Amino acid sequence: MSSSRRSTIIVEHLRKQQMWEAISKGKRLDGRNLDEIRPIEAEVNVIRKANGSSKVNLGNSEVVAGVKVETGRPFEGLENKGALILSAEILPTASPYIEPGPPDEETIELARVVDRGIRESEMIDLDKLVLVPGEIVYTIFVDCSIINADGNLFDATSYAVVSALISSKIPIFKVQDGKVIDSGDVQEPPLTTIPISITAARVGDTVILDPTAEEEACMDARITITTNSNSDFTAVQKGSTGAFTLEQLKKTAEAARIKGIEVRSKIKELTNIGK
Amino acid sequence: MTQTRNLIDEQGIRTDGRRADELREIKITVGVVKNADGSAFIEFGRNKIVTAVYGPREVHPKHMALPDRCVLRCRYHMTPFSTDTRKNPAPSRREVEISKVMRESLEPALILEDYPRAAIDVFVEVLQADGGSRCAGITAASLALADAGINMRDIVAACAAGKVDDKIVLDINDTEDKEGGADMPVAYMPHLEQVTLLQLDGILTQGQFNECIDMAINGCKKVYEIQRQTLMHKYFGSETELKEE
Repeated sequence: MSSSRRSTIIVEHLRKQQMWEAISKGKRLDGRNLDEIRPIEAEVNVIRKANGSSKVNLGNSEVVAGVKVETGRPFEGLENKGALILSAEILPTASPYIEPGPPDEETIELARVVDRGIRESEMIDLDKLVLVPGEIVYTIFVDCSIINADGNLFDATSYAVVSALISSKIPIFKVQDGKVIDSGDVQEPPLTTIPISITAARVGDTVILDPTAEEEACMDARITITTNSNSDFTAVQKGSTGAFTLEQLKKTAEAARIKGIEVRSKIKELTNIGK
Repeated sequence: MTQTRNLIDEQGIRTDGRRADELREIKITVGVVKNADGSAFIEFGRNKIVTAVYGPREVHPKHMALPDRCVLRCRYHMTPFSTDTRKNPAPSRREVEISKVMRESLEPALILEDYPRAAIDVFVEVLQADGGSRCAGITAASLALADAGINMRDIVAACAAGKVDDKIVLDINDTEDKEGGADMPVAYMPHLEQVTLLQLDGILTQGQFNECIDMAINGCKKVYEIQRQTLMHKYFGSETELKEE
């Protein structure tokens, strides 16, 4: 059952005071501006056994994502579309507060919000991943492992998924005598757009972008907004126990569009798109 | 999310006969579950949802208790017969996520500091689902909390808006959710003017995004009026308005 108990890190009261003071002056404890995103590093094809992979660092948050392509039955109601299945796991390596075990609600929310950003933007044209309509389709698994958690896992994971998908090569399967055969060749994935999520946190009356774990422990509310390559909105998720005013939401949505463009070109550059 | 047929006709009428900015019929009854400290039953279009609140009460397991405030727990659950194809009764990932966002949308309205070391449990059981069940659930749960006499800052009203046939419409139903272009559930505290739930799936331009959120908030205000009338009716026995202080 969903409960209001928190499993995040504990921040000392003095440190909290410092943070609030700094934020009210327009600065943050790590020296960033309120709307500044931590440096993004992305490396692709780090896992040879996967069909596509990436390691992304967003500040100290680190995520490895791997793409595996198989064939299988389509989802019910989506008979003429390939299947996309996304999972995320916060490994026990990620922080002293994470314990091994089945995913808790925070991890489930993380995977579902990242999935929503990728799926709703129609980043992958799933119509093109059908072998036998209604019977056999491509199934794309994207599995994410959070190696180190320092806040804003939503964006770090989302960037890792996007980078892994951009870098992926999809095996060409063929159907012969009712059996699926791997032809040995690969194809580029049918990408249509690059969704970028931007997460903001409200601390008091101030909205900051890309919160660290420490800032997340002190935030009142969180929001993740995903935009596609046309800068249209494709997914939103408000999180945490606080609220936003309408004005804060509209301002943050605008910031997500502008920062989204910046991050998108950065990820394109890092993944060497059009290589 | 591919459109297969028109969901809005030439006169601007939707599949269930509503106009773009019209809510489905909403009927709420409070105090329906006798054993609960507070409860509410809502019919939101064809959604039928029963919510019950237990608490403030002792926390089990004890280590979950918080020294300075109350623990709020929330469970959103769909009965196996609530959907077109039978739903496995075990909690799905979707239900886990909705339980979480639902709790987070109710928590800002509650004065949890008033009940340290205690727990409040909110149970939301969807008996029949028809699109927008999380909004209907939040609307009913907040009345159940009020019915339980929990100290609150405001009532939470919830309503979705979305995009159908490239038009922004209020309170999308099951068909529009499945075949339409976008769905944006919003929960709102009308007096504090704060948004406590905001989700979106589907593609919206910046203009549509702003139009959608404005329309959803207006819908929440209409839902709030119904919530208010329901409580008035329950506790003062008539529909007559009490004068605001």
